[in-house]
Amino acid sequence: MNIVLISLLVLGATGLLAAVLLFVIARQFRVEEDPRIDEVAEALPGANCGGCGFAGCRALAEACVKAETLDGLLCPVGGAVTMEKVATILGKEAVAAEPMVAVVRCNGTCEARPRTSEFDGSRSCKIMHACYVGETACPFGCLGCGDCVAACQFGAISMNPETGLPEVDDEKCTSCGKCVKACPRHIIELRKKGPKSRRIVVMCVNKDKGAPARKACLSACIGCGKCQKECNFDAITVENNLAYIDWQKCRLCRKCEAACPTGAIHAINFPPRKPAEPAEAEPKKEEEQA
Amino acid sequence: MDKLIVSPAPHVHSGDSVRRNMLLVIAALMPAYAVSIAAFGWGTLITTSISVAACVACEWVLAKFVLKQQSTIGDLSAVLTGLLLAFNLPSNLPWWIVLIGAIVAIGVGKMSFGGLGQNIFNPALVGRVFLLISFPAQMTTWPLPQGFDGSYIDAATGATPLAAMKEVVKGNASAVSKLPDLWDAFVGLVGGSFGEVCAAALIFGGLLLICTRVITWHIPVSILATAALFAAVTGWCGVLPAGFGTGEYVLMTLCTGGMLLGAFFMATDYVTSPMSPWGKIVFGIGIGLIVMVIRTWGSYPEGMSFAILIMNACVPLLNKIRPKRFGEKKK
Amino acid sequence: MNTFRIGGVHPQDNKVYSANKAIIDCPLPKQAIIPLVQHIGAPAVPIVEKGDKVRAGQLIAKAGGFVSANVHSPFSGTITKIDSFVDGWGARVPAIFIDVEGDLWLDDIDTTPALVRSGIIEPKEIIDRVTAAGIVGLGGACFPTHVKLMPPPGKKAEVLIVNGVECEPYLTCDHQLMLEHGEEIIVGIQLLMRALDIKQAIIGIEKNKPDAIAYMQKLASRVLGVSVKPLNLKYPQGGEKQLIDACIGRQVPSGALPIEVGAVVDNVATIYAVYEAVLKRKPLIERVITVTGKHVAKPGNYRVRFGTPLSDVVALAGGVPEDTGKIIGGGPMMGRAMNSIDMPANKRVSGLLFMPEEESRRTAPDNCIRCAKCVDACPMGLEPYLLARQAELEMWDGMEAHNIMDCIECGCCTFTCPSHRPLLDYVRLGKATVGGILRARNAK
Repeated sequence: MNIVLISLLVLGATGLLAAVLLFVIARQFRVEEDPRIDEVAEALPGANCGGCGFAGCRALAEACVKAETLDGLLCPVGGAVTMEKVATILGKEAVAAEPMVAVVRCNGTCEARPRTSEFDGSRSCKIMHACYVGETACPFGCLGCGDCVAACQFGAISMNPETGLPEVDDEKCTSCGKCVKACPRHIIELRKKGPKSRRIVVMCVNKDKGAPARKACLSACIGCGKCQKECNFDAITVENNLAYIDWQKCRLCRKCEAACPTGAIHAINFPPRKPAEPAEAEPKKEEEQA
Repeated sequence: MDKLIVSPAPHVHSGDSVRRNMLLVIAALMPAYAVSIAAFGWGTLITTSISVAACVACEWVLAKFVLKQQSTIGDLSAVLTGLLLAFNLPSNLPWWIVLIGAIVAIGVGKMSFGGLGQNIFNPALVGRVFLLISFPAQMTTWPLPQGFDGSYIDAATGATPLAAMKEVVKGNASAVSKLPDLWDAFVGLVGGSFGEVCAAALIFGGLLLICTRVITWHIPVSILATAALFAAVTGWCGVLPAGFGTGEYVLMTLCTGGMLLGAFFMATDYVTSPMSPWGKIVFGIGIGLIVMVIRTWGSYPEGMSFAILIMNACVPLLNKIRPKRFGEKKK
Repeated sequence: MNTFRIGGVHPQDNKVYSANKAIIDCPLPKQAIIPLVQHIGAPAVPIVEKGDKVRAGQLIAKAGGFVSANVHSPFSGTITKIDSFVDGWGARVPAIFIDVEGDLWLDDIDTTPALVRSGIIEPKEIIDRVTAAGIVGLGGACFPTHVKLMPPPGKKAEVLIVNGVECEPYLTCDHQLMLEHGEEIIVGIQLLMRALDIKQAIIGIEKNKPDAIAYMQKLASRVLGVSVKPLNLKYPQGGEKQLIDACIGRQVPSGALPIEVGAVVDNVATIYAVYEAVLKRKPLIERVITVTGKHVAKPGNYRVRFGTPLSDVVALAGGVPEDTGKIIGGGPMMGRAMNSIDMPANKRVSGLLFMPEEESRRTAPDNCIRCAKCVDACPMGLEPYLLARQAELEMWDGMEAHNIMDCIECGCCTFTCPSHRPLLDYVRLGKATVGGILRARNAK
């Protein structure tokens, strides 16, 4: 009986002592924190993708609480809905932001861009880019090892085995920008998603002159400047033999798409044209050119 | 040749492979195995076949159905684990205990960490220590060497030299007579786990591994040197009974128990030993000290398995010891 | 001690295919492309224009900075254009295109094979002539030689180390050059010793070239201060830092140049070029390259003027073997696999190696078994297994802390890995990235 009593007492006393210690320490070392940070963090998606430019969701929450206005603070994953919630919690005004999407600016499919060699090193775009031009003759285009696929936390990018190019699922893409950073050739760009996901993009980043670019890839931008002449909104610039459409100026008129002799300009998610499929019309134009 | 192959340099390879290394270790174990078969008869063959077969089967099943990764049984690492586990068992162990040991070795010791290269502890020793703790009676009654004369299970058993050694270190003069002849210990005519008895064959195998560059000298030499030094110091302290010299004690320490098997074959396991030369030496010294502490003062007669497992746990820390860099100035 | 102290591997040397094959002159091409980047550093700036007539040995492009090198025309003919071409690795390189007409040299160049022993030449004059001749290290790195001859103030060279090691398997051009032009090399060594004001020179040669060792020893015995050091076989002995360690037992500290321990290292081919530039006024317009491989019809050592299409040289060696899977510019340990031999010879390419298809592919990698063989093999005392893992996980800070910038990319780690892991692929990626980070930091 005595033994039971003693052990009970000892254990009880130890427990009590520990509890008091814990209580005191917790009091003493408590970090004062704005309780709203927790609330805001709760409202954020919690993916910690870093797309907002902060180290994680909590860091963004802190920034939101500290900031005067929510201008420039955006969770690309949650989008306008989440930012609205955050604004309500903080009693600030939500700033509307354009929904964005990642675009892979290369259309060098297996057909258009024949493989000239076989790469037998590690299947990583970064490594291939660091030591070698790639399996095709194009030193600018997609390497096709899928670094962007691996970088995407949302499963929005997948490799199309037929074209050998990555494809972005507009619905799943949160425009966090991870793939943009992962691509060693800077092919992927964040662009305005556009009404009904419609957008017009130069699907090429080849800065070579016309002839070598064309030799490497049938659908390369050859920097001919036809699209630039066609554009009524000054949205297209041609620099280093490469056309670029400024998505802030583009009005989606599709004139440039029709003008492009190599089919490097893609109009995405538009309904098919009445007279003929654009995909078929382009090669004909090309032949006329030649 | 339609498309040229390109890859970053280097474009040639030494031709070394995991399989080649495992094969060489297995080959190096063969002399000791031959002596064991001669000494302990059928038991060795039965134990080994069960252990190896169970290890390989267990790895295959786990890789295929649980981890869903490419099976690695082709690299022979599971065969080696099975062989080493068997070497650490008494030859008269019932078959189902061997089976349990093999499953624990591969299942818990290796595959639960993710397979080859990921495990922290030496799988064979995980299996062995599991059996030692679960079946202490069976695991510590060692048959005496009697060739193929005795039957498998009912072999005559006896104390191993290590139990006597423990008495000797306590100054018990009568225990000296229980010790085997030093020569018998060297060639393997003593009782014990069947793979560890023949010092001569183990040293030969170990040297073979060092010569073929499968292992480096650092770990075995530092273990054996530390253990020898420890034994010598014990001897000089005057605890040994009269008529039993320090030199004799040192040699007996090195030749008996799992000392050589552990030093050359178990502690040098690639996955669970440190990377840098100095890391390996510290690892070896640690094993040497722990094994001698257990042998001298512990309740178990042998401590090699425990020593290696304890030091295995220290490997991530020991990997902080970096190799000497080119042009590094001494501080 | 007859080799370097840390790490190293022993690849099969495979020099038998082209060893002791006399140097053959490659015929002049009809058209030539002279790259403006044949060295480390800034590209050379062309000083000729389309339509200009040039003679062999004439300066056609000036060094674009201190660390850069002049480019001379190896041919006489007409400049057809100044444009760019795609080299065998897919990179676009600016170049001067020449239509070759005859073989007319500049008047003051001595093109006879006669050995010129001396001439009273001041150290300054030697350095000036080396600079003017556009000489770069022909061992592989292509670092402009004149930069090495002008040590930074406060540093004094004590010993010239001559690299006759040729530790890359297959390659034999330096070996053959020593056998055929040993005397010129010795004169070149004396010139460099005078230019650097040093009394001692050591020629390091690996023991798999006993004839070269014997011949150079015979020649060196006549000259005060020059000696030959036979070295035990071990790759990468031809690495600058490894060779210094092997020859004089001093280790260049991390991040420092050889001059820090009083050494200047030059390759035998470079020294031969120095001799020609200084005493025969012939700029660097040609080199010896090894064309080899297990199934090459006529493997050998060919003297090629820069600008000659590599395919011409290959034709001379019997053409591309049927079963070729991989063509390597340089040796198999550090050379780069090419996707075409449709490019001109230049200062950088020391050999062409044709690998049969069955040897061209890598073996699929297994898990790392932590065997530490890469740690034992690394000649810089690094931990390749760790660096490769850190690069995979993009832990650049950790890589910097583990001295990634010391890596010489020799390939010993990948060569030795029993699991066939592509360690150097990742280490190289990490080195490039960390190098970029460091440059950005220093620029701040």
